[in-house]
Amino acid sequence: MKQRIIIIGSGVAGLTTAGVLAENGFEVVVLEKESRIGGHVRKWDRLFPNRRPANEVMEFIEKVLNSSVDLRCGVTVNGVIRHDEEFIVLLSNNETVTGHALVLATGFQLFDAHKKEEYGYGIYDNVITSAELETIFKEGKQLTTNEGKTPHRVGIIHCVGSRDEKVGNLYCSKVCCVTGVKQAIEIREQLPECEVFSFYMDLRMYDRHFEELYYEAQQQWAVNFIRGRLSECSENPDHTLILKAEDTLTGRPLKMTVDIVILLVGIIPDPETGKIASMLGLPIGTDGFLMSGDEHIKDNTTTIPGIYLTGAVKGPASIVNTIADARATAQQITSRFMAG
Amino acid sequence: MKDFGYTLQPDFSIDFDRNDKRMMLYVVNHEPSLNLCIGCGSCTATCSTGHFTSFNIRAIHTLLRRGETHQLKQEIRKCMFCGKCQLVCPRGVNLRNVILRINRAIEQIG
Repeated sequence: MKQRIIIIGSGVAGLTTAGVLAENGFEVVVLEKESRIGGHVRKWDRLFPNRRPANEVMEFIEKVLNSSVDLRCGVTVNGVIRHDEEFIVLLSNNETVTGHALVLATGFQLFDAHKKEEYGYGIYDNVITSAELETIFKEGKQLTTNEGKTPHRVGIIHCVGSRDEKVGNLYCSKVCCVTGVKQAIEIREQLPECEVFSFYMDLRMYDRHFEELYYEAQQQWAVNFIRGRLSECSENPDHTLILKAEDTLTGRPLKMTVDIVILLVGIIPDPETGKIASMLGLPIGTDGFLMSGDEHIKDNTTTIPGIYLTGAVKGPASIVNTIADARATAQQITSRFMAG
Repeated sequence: MKDFGYTLQPDFSIDFDRNDKRMMLYVVNHEPSLNLCIGCGSCTATCSTGHFTSFNIRAIHTLLRRGETHQLKQEIRKCMFCGKCQLVCPRGVNLRNVILRINRAIEQIG
């Protein structure tokens, strides 16, 4: 009999794990709470750092799925029972799924920008999130103000909901810096006459080709960078916006009028993760993301044998890192069952 | 001695080894949250005094940390103690106590 592995979540992490496990001869059940698979990457137009179309990655991940992968969309987990060496998962549609191992690939959600009220999201129409800008690009639309005007100047705000005790998130969301630089280039590409100003505290270009993207943004696209955290955003009668920050490199307060503000919203744990973790008794870190068996050497396993973690359920992660992590998880599971 | 017309300029660099760090130690010992500052400038951006004078609380903190305390006495008097800096600080630094402690340090250390 084939061993059956249950994966919760069908984003890059869940689908990559599923694909490798299926290749290795396992039966796989993937549970997804949304109506379709794919997670966040489906909403992306182009990916950092090379601006390749996101759907290429999506197609690659979907291609590895075969008939031994059972995808179930529109279901959430109501309960998990451990019975001998098996896990029985109770679903919201009253069905149950039984498996020999359980993989939590429940990923992340985006920070709700309304919580950072002083930035005006949901109050001023020309304040949008980086996710909304990505949708504009994906739909092939032109970036315009809410009044339909072509913007002359756009402000991109880093660290919205990240590195901020005031919203309870001390951690860095890791991928927003490079997303901001990518989107700054894309705005300049689409609207060469539009100035782009990025307000940052640190530009964390940590991974391969990120720093080069930053270099390109300066050299080829003349993106402007101002080192200072946005303190507030307010609206003029003509619906343009005033940004206030300290220009820390001159040591003086600065104000600037822009037509559109893009908030680089951070990454927070999916509420579903906390629910499942408490059902299972899995430890949660101070940042709200799940804790693995050992952060360095057992990062895919948990304190409970047979339960695995993969992808952004353990904290913000890029697609590159998530794919590597998912393959590692699949390998761990394969080794465990091969060894008998 | 022959005068060649040259003059000696005083060193403009921060002499970290020679600078007096007593004031910094006093302030951080009494308000350890100051160690959490990441220099983002939110405090200065929102500062009422900073919009009309040279007062810059982020820069004051950095100067304090380097032992550059000679201008501090003049600068710190400008603060109106409104506490907006503390409201916006993403690291939760207790800035009002920092100001109080700098004043106290000036009284005690001079």
